[in-house]
Amino acid sequence: MSLIRKPLNRRSILRAGAVGGAALATPTIFTSKVWSAGYLNEPTGAEVILGFNVPQTGAYADEGADELRAYQLAVKHLNGEGDGGMLNTFSSKALQGNGVNGKKVAYVTGDTQTKSDAARASAKRMIEKDGAVMITGGSSSGVAIAVQSLCQEAGVIFMAGLTHSNDTTGKDKRKNGFRHFFNTEMSGAALAPVLKNAFGTDRTAYHLTADYTWGWSQEGSIKKYTEGMGWNTAAAVRTPLGAGDFSQYITPVLNSGADVLVLNHYGKDMVNSLTQAVQFGLRDKQVNGKDFAIVVPLYSRLMAQGAGENVKGIFGSTNWHWSLQDEGSKAFVKSFGQEYGFPPSQAAHTTYCQALLYADAAQRAGTFEPCALAAALEGFEFDGMGNGPTLYRAEDHQCFKDVLVVKGKENPSSQFDVLEVVEVTPRSQVEYPAEMLGGELGACNNGA
Amino acid sequence: MDVILLQLLNGLDKGGAYALIALGLTLIFGTLGVVNFAHGALFMLGAFCAVSFNALLGLEVVTVDETQTTAWGTPLEVRTPYVEAYLGDFGAWILNYSVPVSILIAIPVMLLVGFVMERGLIKHFYKRAHADQILVTFGLAIVLQEIIKSIYGANPIPQAAPVAVRGAADIGALFGFDPGVIVYPYWRMVYLAFAGVMIAGVFAFLQFTTFGMVVRAGMADRDTVGLLGINIERRFTIVFAIAAVVAGLAGVMYTPILPPDYHMGMDFLVLSFVVVVVGGMGSLSGAVLAGFLLGILQSFASMNEVKAIFPGIDQIIIYLVAVIVLLVRPRGLMGRKGVMEN
Repeated sequence: MSLIRKPLNRRSILRAGAVGGAALATPTIFTSKVWSAGYLNEPTGAEVILGFNVPQTGAYADEGADELRAYQLAVKHLNGEGDGGMLNTFSSKALQGNGVNGKKVAYVTGDTQTKSDAARASAKRMIEKDGAVMITGGSSSGVAIAVQSLCQEAGVIFMAGLTHSNDTTGKDKRKNGFRHFFNTEMSGAALAPVLKNAFGTDRTAYHLTADYTWGWSQEGSIKKYTEGMGWNTAAAVRTPLGAGDFSQYITPVLNSGADVLVLNHYGKDMVNSLTQAVQFGLRDKQVNGKDFAIVVPLYSRLMAQGAGENVKGIFGSTNWHWSLQDEGSKAFVKSFGQEYGFPPSQAAHTTYCQALLYADAAQRAGTFEPCALAAALEGFEFDGMGNGPTLYRAEDHQCFKDVLVVKGKENPSSQFDVLEVVEVTPRSQVEYPAEMLGGELGACNNGA
Repeated sequence: MDVILLQLLNGLDKGGAYALIALGLTLIFGTLGVVNFAHGALFMLGAFCAVSFNALLGLEVVTVDETQTTAWGTPLEVRTPYVEAYLGDFGAWILNYSVPVSILIAIPVMLLVGFVMERGLIKHFYKRAHADQILVTFGLAIVLQEIIKSIYGANPIPQAAPVAVRGAADIGALFGFDPGVIVYPYWRMVYLAFAGVMIAGVFAFLQFTTFGMVVRAGMADRDTVGLLGINIERRFTIVFAIAAVVAGLAGVMYTPILPPDYHMGMDFLVLSFVVVVVGGMGSLSGAVLAGFLLGILQSFASMNEVKAIFPGIDQIIIYLVAVIVLLVRPRGLMGRKGVMEN
């Protein structure tokens, strides 16, 4: 036995500290619900950090600003500030307005610029530098698919914002990614019966389609359902994204024999192509003894405002609209309107819901661990969030709920009152088999 | 035949916009020797003169109706435009014709913008390399568009044409075609006529006024004009301001065709530079000719029949033509000897 005492060094201090810390923490480890399972960005302090990745610059900056407003409102409600909004109507009562799992909700923001590379860079920064345990937001399918893939690789949950392409929860779906927004397949299924009632089954459609993933997906879905009910397709013409002047694509419609123009455009392209189609007299034209019709499969109220009175009488679909009279929608509109002075857009609604759904799943799971949280979201049935009874389907992480068919309002009462809901298509009518859109969820990734 | 006529008309009004922007670009390049990448922003600023004028006319008297509430529970605000409340029918007329009337606002605004831009920034870069000029003017364009976005947001803002010219004319019926076969919007015809008048006006100004003669002399030989005791720099400042007005007015009148947003200038800028290069650097008539030529070619390339043979040709036709023209005629269609050749 040596009587020589070993000198204190860095290693022995660290070892002693670790042993002491573990001994002191032992009781709380076993009593706390949020026990460490070793996952990326596990919150250890009093706060949990969420990453809001929205377009703050670029063409969809206004939509991104509305998403950010909704997220900030959701954070307020989760932390017990404000009137609680949809927390009061949400069927799950796990959240009490005192944070999530005992932690106050904090957030960081990123700018997607509606560019995949920029969106991935801002999401990466929020995960690696800011410690975000979840990423959410966005206003483009290309961006959503890119960020979803990044979150899967990193090991955090991705709650998609406004993304409408089938691919997000189809061929590009991921175990760590979840979408509340509807998709082009659902738009087609919801719109077709309404179009059949309004225009009959003997119609010929001419498609102008934005030449990228969402446009192709939208064109495919609408063709599938309209041809299924007897319509012919005269032509489907791809137009470059951001073409500006669409006159050279619109004039061939005049003499094509088509009596319906389907504009598979979104955002600025939709505003421009619709405005110009109306200027060329298509809305007032008669072909084959029938009134010519224009259809915009995906409407956004923010964008419809840009097209002004040209949207009058034009059919389309939307995920949600502020004029809905269910308790959830009314609570959200009231809360958002009192906070900001105008009604929320569908982008604001879907992102607000996603923030609450994530928080609720974390609370129910008792952890922010991505795989446990994903399990809590999979197959989750809920109500009180504005779209009727809703299911987060386990097989593809797609929400199934009622879909709205809307029409440009003839006599709007304000600048926000541009669309009217003509039909609430029930969820059962827009459901489809999970395997239909292909893809594999793969394995969950905790990032550990 | 009807399809060809329609695409010809499309090409002409598109070409009109290209020609007007390219005309200003060429004027600035020909006189000041500056490659102005902020020229598209001037087109956008002109469009926002119309938006601002319309917003000004749309200022409303707000009264609160306590008996009604909004969807979020606050009292309903009833809004009536001041101009209608105070000027009655004349106010309603101004509101209806706000786009053409805003030309009267856009002319002094764009003159001022052009003057400030040239005196405040561009003149410091006359003797710098073209790369420096491109960088500084491109930066200026980004600053201008971000200012507009911070004020008006990123979404397009619709501007309505006057009711009298809001529909479309059945041109085909006038020439014996079946009704509804060749239909063309009235406002696009107005725009085409406007572009023609503007182009003719600029040429007449340069051709038939003493000021224009001095400017043309300065474009040909700046040093000699200076030796004659003429302050050519001051005149070139005015030319810059005139070019800004031409681009701005093109933007004002384009707003009913394309709802303006902060980025619209950039969308036109690249095409307009191609127009200038194809027309010939420094050649005003070349810019006009190339503007219409490329507008028409772009329209024809978008025809389904053409795309069936050459898929995607509509997206590259302008650049393809530019390559061919520059291979065959390196100075462009009507380029002058010695310009950008040293």
